[in-house]
Amino acid sequence: MTTTPLSPNQNRVSSENRPDALGRFGKFGGKYVPETLMPALTELELAYQHYSQDPSFQAELGGLLRDYVGRPSPLYFAERLTAHYARPDGTGAQIYLKREDLNHTGAHKINNAIAQALLAKRMGKPRIIAETGAGQHGVATATVCARFGIQCVIYMGVHDMERQALNVFRMRLMGAEVCPVESGTGTLKDATSEAIRDWVTNVETTHYILGSVAGPHPYPMIVRDFHAMIGAETRAQCQEKWGGLPDILLACVGGGSNAMGLFHEFMGEATVRLIGVEAAGHGVETAKHAATLTKGRVGVLHGAMSYLLQDEEGQVIEPHSISAGLDYPGVGPEHSYLMETARAEYYAVTDEQALTAFQRLSQLEGIIPALETAHAIAYLDTLCPQLTGSPRIVINCSGRGDKDVLSVSRLLES
Amino acid sequence: MTSVSQCFEQLRDHARCALIPFITAGDPDLGTTAEALRVLDRSGADLIELGVPYSDPLADGPVIQAAATRSLHQGTRLDDVLRLLKEVTPDLRSPIVLFMYYNPILNRGIERFLQELSEAGVKGLVVPDLPLEEADALLTPAQKHGIELILLVAPTSPPERIAAIAQRSQGFIYLVSTTGVTGMRSQMQTRVKDLLLELRQVTDKPIGVGFGISHPDQARQVMEWGADGVIVGSAFVKRLSEGTPNEGLAAIAQFCQSLRSAIAVE
Repeated sequence: MTTTPLSPNQNRVSSENRPDALGRFGKFGGKYVPETLMPALTELELAYQHYSQDPSFQAELGGLLRDYVGRPSPLYFAERLTAHYARPDGTGAQIYLKREDLNHTGAHKINNAIAQALLAKRMGKPRIIAETGAGQHGVATATVCARFGIQCVIYMGVHDMERQALNVFRMRLMGAEVCPVESGTGTLKDATSEAIRDWVTNVETTHYILGSVAGPHPYPMIVRDFHAMIGAETRAQCQEKWGGLPDILLACVGGGSNAMGLFHEFMGEATVRLIGVEAAGHGVETAKHAATLTKGRVGVLHGAMSYLLQDEEGQVIEPHSISAGLDYPGVGPEHSYLMETARAEYYAVTDEQALTAFQRLSQLEGIIPALETAHAIAYLDTLCPQLTGSPRIVINCSGRGDKDVLSVSRLLES
Repeated sequence: MTSVSQCFEQLRDHARCALIPFITAGDPDLGTTAEALRVLDRSGADLIELGVPYSDPLADGPVIQAAATRSLHQGTRLDDVLRLLKEVTPDLRSPIVLFMYYNPILNRGIERFLQELSEAGVKGLVVPDLPLEEADALLTPAQKHGIELILLVAPTSPPERIAAIAQRSQGFIYLVSTTGVTGMRSQMQTRVKDLLLELRQVTDKPIGVGFGISHPDQARQVMEWGADGVIVGSAFVKRLSEGTPNEGLAAIAQFCQSLRSAIAVE
């Protein structure tokens, strides 16, 4: 398979052009940031427009994605997981995993990090900052900064540093400075706010590699496009394996980058169901969850209008999830749009269901998924009994669970 | 009651540079906030900026972040802040400008929010995360309610943006003196001088300079560079939060007076 072009839009079936010129997906998105950052967002948008059409940039990125990241990632038929959900008559969902966990650094996050680092290099920015929750985006950013010799500062909540200690070590090992963020509950929301404050301060020398399809325009578009090869490869691999389209795409949603990366290619394919799975934490009926689309209301956080977990005063609620990567009170604006237009469906699974799925995939397939990914896997319990026939489901296996084994082992003991 | 624009006009007639202190509502408590507004009003303030605490103040540095967190822990609600203002504003000479992030405004509903603001006697509004491109949602309705929406210009703003912001901003233009968040800095960047000159060429609206001003000398410097107003935030918030409320009030009174004399007309 040849390397996927950077901008898959050219070959898309759908003619929809999102976001619009103001960075809107319907009413969602936009640029709600301090004035200081506005010129930097314009600069980034122009650079992106330019380099996404630039053959030498594309060639360099394509080469790195192939030889350094290890793309394309396989589409794997999960035979025993499929058997687990099969009906007595042998029919049932055919479950495939898009193996983003096999990428260098163990998650999809590197697709975006490497592309944005290349962009930063071409824009002449000598310093890179990023926020991280689970540490996967932080590790991916630290990795590409080491690869390109760029100064790297990662903001991470103190609580996340504790539960993802291995990733903190990995980032530091590769030369990144990891800045602990103590404000709020010391999780991804707070790390993102602090990264934005750094960017406001050092915007002239610094590129901010935002790690999800969230934040102000153009980030939701850029991050989506830099992950769009996930869906583009999936389309080709489905074609190769069964000569058709998948029936259902399933992915976990925190900010929503792995889901957008998988969904984008299939947006115009009306027969393909798109399902995003959020973190229900202790349950969506409790106060401790991170199910933004399921339980939130429209608001503005970190530069974008989208669904948001907020109290009756419009103060942002501290979310909860067992998974640091889903522990975020906002969600990418395009997901809000896809939900409102009913193009995609969103559900939530609890910490406990995710833990069960974490163990199930390990035991049935010898694949230890990230706790984030385990949420997508867990939704099979609900989804499969609702299906008829033998539809083909592609799950974005967005990351591997090495980073989580320590905290999961503690949880399972207690 | 005087609008923000009228206040600047009167000051201009006397060739006086506006002193605009900032404090966070509800830090250490709302009673102290009410008293602080009165103290500032009689200690040389011309306008007063009141920050409404928000959970994610991404334009603010550590001092104002911490004040907002303390205030929210106290249980400060927008209703309480508006009730307090309704009580206090009739006693004040200085128009009140609210400094508030966009999400709580959106959550309240823009029309309702502006109506309540107007009823509380608030004259101006600064929304640090609402740049020109998104400001339309507030600009026109604010005018209808007699609230002036003050837009910000940053050191990074290119000339065409500066002109567009200057044209749309109401009351005055808030010139952010530094790339960065709010907070005390030891030196003013000399590019503030150039920005003031640049702004002056495209507008005759008043220009207030803020972010980073914490010493009387800096205030004077900014005035000499041509600012119509100086905004001092973290240095007030810090003083007010230290010691007992009464000690804090005494400290901000004294500080306000020292700033006032630093920018007095000779």
